[in-house]
Amino acid sequence: MSAQIPNVQSTDELREKWMKPEVITGSEMLLRSLLLEGVECVFGYPGGAVLYIYDAMHGFDDFKHLLTRHEQGAIHAADGYARASGKVGVCIATSGPGATNLVTGIATAYMDSVPLVVITGNVATTLIGTDAFQEADITGITMPITKHSYLVRDVEDLPRIIHEAFHIANTGRKGPVLIDIPKDVSAAKSLFKPHTEPVMMRGYNPRVMPNKLQLDKLHQAITEAKRPLILAGGGVVYSGGHEELLKFVETTGIPITTTLLGLGGFPSGHDLWIGMPGMHGTYAANNAIQQSDLLISIGARFDDRVTGKLDGFAPHARIAHIDIDPAEIGKNVKTDIPIVGDVKTVLEMLNIEAGHSSYADEWRTTIAGWKKEKPFRYDDSEEVLKPQWVVEMLNDTTRGEAIVTTDVGQHQMWAAQYYRFNKPRSWVTSGGLGTMGFGFPSAIGAQMANPERLVISINGDGGMQMCAQELAICAINNIPVKVVVMNNQVLGMVRQWQELIYDNRYSHIDLSGSPDFVKLAEAYGVKGLRATNKQEAAAAWQEAMDTPGPVLVEFVVNKHENVYPMVPQGATIDQMLMGDKE
Amino acid sequence: MIPTTLKHTIAVLVNDQPGVLQRVSGLFGRRGFNIESITVGSSEEAGLSRMVIVTTGDENTLEQVEKQLYKIIDVIKVIDLSSRPMVARELALIKVKAEPAERPEIMGVIDTFRAAVVDIGPNSLIVQVVGDTEKIDAMVELLKPYGIRELSRTGATAMIRGNV
Repeated sequence: MSAQIPNVQSTDELREKWMKPEVITGSEMLLRSLLLEGVECVFGYPGGAVLYIYDAMHGFDDFKHLLTRHEQGAIHAADGYARASGKVGVCIATSGPGATNLVTGIATAYMDSVPLVVITGNVATTLIGTDAFQEADITGITMPITKHSYLVRDVEDLPRIIHEAFHIANTGRKGPVLIDIPKDVSAAKSLFKPHTEPVMMRGYNPRVMPNKLQLDKLHQAITEAKRPLILAGGGVVYSGGHEELLKFVETTGIPITTTLLGLGGFPSGHDLWIGMPGMHGTYAANNAIQQSDLLISIGARFDDRVTGKLDGFAPHARIAHIDIDPAEIGKNVKTDIPIVGDVKTVLEMLNIEAGHSSYADEWRTTIAGWKKEKPFRYDDSEEVLKPQWVVEMLNDTTRGEAIVTTDVGQHQMWAAQYYRFNKPRSWVTSGGLGTMGFGFPSAIGAQMANPERLVISINGDGGMQMCAQELAICAINNIPVKVVVMNNQVLGMVRQWQELIYDNRYSHIDLSGSPDFVKLAEAYGVKGLRATNKQEAAAAWQEAMDTPGPVLVEFVVNKHENVYPMVPQGATIDQMLMGDKE
Repeated sequence: MIPTTLKHTIAVLVNDQPGVLQRVSGLFGRRGFNIESITVGSSEEAGLSRMVIVTTGDENTLEQVEKQLYKIIDVIKVIDLSSRPMVARELALIKVKAEPAERPEIMGVIDTFRAAVVDIGPNSLIVQVVGDTEKIDAMVELLKPYGIRELSRTGATAMIRGNV
């Protein structure tokens, strides 16, 4: 789509150049080590403590560096890149404020188990601890939100640390790893000894192979179950186990619900798929969980937005839990069949002996009935544009084939409900942390990872203003993201809670005074379009898709729309408000 | 069923890296696990330190503590010492007010506990006592009537008995 997106291949010739043992600076070691890890693209922002690193990048084109306009944009882009590709996302920022601007993005990636290597500069080792200019203890600040972190004190350690960081980030339960490099370390010269051999660390051996006895117990439970259900999460996508999951579902005939992060891990058109569970999940999925007698969780973590009131969650079910992270098993829900291992590996092994759940025919009929009886619904209108209609239009015109990123709030839930995903790594959303400002920059990363695919970024008018500055890099690099702004002039999800739970006491949710989004896009050199009714919407969207570069389309949508079903906080998930008019 | 809250002593073998104490103690803090005491020192192997942590909680909490600790890359091994017969010892230094006339009586208490006087001032003594937590609690109680000016306890360090 765009000639600007690089296509650097790691050829033998190039690898030989990068591996060459020479006396070079820490900064050059960093760049070469990144290349040896297969990095094609990094997102960053220079500053005092990373001047040596950026100096080494001068005239360097072995990988692409995208200069974002805010460090938060850089890390969300790296996150989107990682989620849409399965590769490690990389970003670079300077010390102090540069590093602290990454904190939200690191926490976002940590909560959703996204592999990132986050590189920060720091003041020189001699200045650390003196409250020097632009000094912040970023390893200390980020300890609770990183999988691991390093403060590099000796340039000799740098190649090993980078190699370890990539290994830790992208194995086991994935997550962000931070490498803090003081300025004197990035300047110091030493003989480059590349690290490419397998990493051996005593304290880090994620368990991939499950316990066979537990697998047998699960087979037995499936044979006996009358109301079995699969709850699949992000772990399916992250392990690359979507094909194995499809086979498992088809062999066993067990209905399946996929969590917010699990969307795309199973084809939404499949007969046995019953949608997303939880706070804004389907009637079928929530009822199925509550009535099931065997709930098989695969790479999901029983988040409170899925379980609702924990005490009354799946009260009749035996729980089987498959997860790579042993700490997730039994953390929120008491587990009868614990299976620790890589989801893909576990499913491969289960598929060898998996049998049909033959006592569950009645159950399958019941569930199919719920699915047909109460799908997601909204009251369409010819007067005002409905956001659900807009998402349906996006879905229909792209046949569910686009990569969709979202921000956080009502539009996120509508995108999850009405876009029908068929492929993994096509859905990029901040589920755990719920980070506003994530939707747009993450789309830039997703597009960099998938130059040939259509990337749609769906945002609200609130979140769009949290990272809008990155329109600049779309324009300059001709990154053809289609930016959707669902403008309802209000912080919609907060408004919905205030309406339903706080007795219509609308407090500080009015976003009037927002910029003209079309003009904002144009100010950055990006085409801007606006639609206020169905006809305009269809035309504007068609024009956006026909335009080779980036486009922002503002859909002016109904202010008073609510997301339904909704499980009120503190209720069990079968106590759904359906939003039907009395 | 009411969950039983029990005291647990766990040993954590960690890489002797800068920040490792912060990683471990920070984990307890943010996940709401209680730390009664924590001791850190070198272990039998160069490059590794052993932490002994006394914590309270029910079985589920203890299981989470162990699993979450294992997720820290610098943690090599976690052992629930109190699940087996163990030896746990703590050291306390107690500065007690002691006018010359009172000293013989205080010395009597100290001898009974096989404690030692490690410093004598004009009107005070520093008593060193080693033992399990209950013994030190008892010693402190007995010295209270004389006036404790300062108390410093190390927290427990511990080991499983026998050849394990």
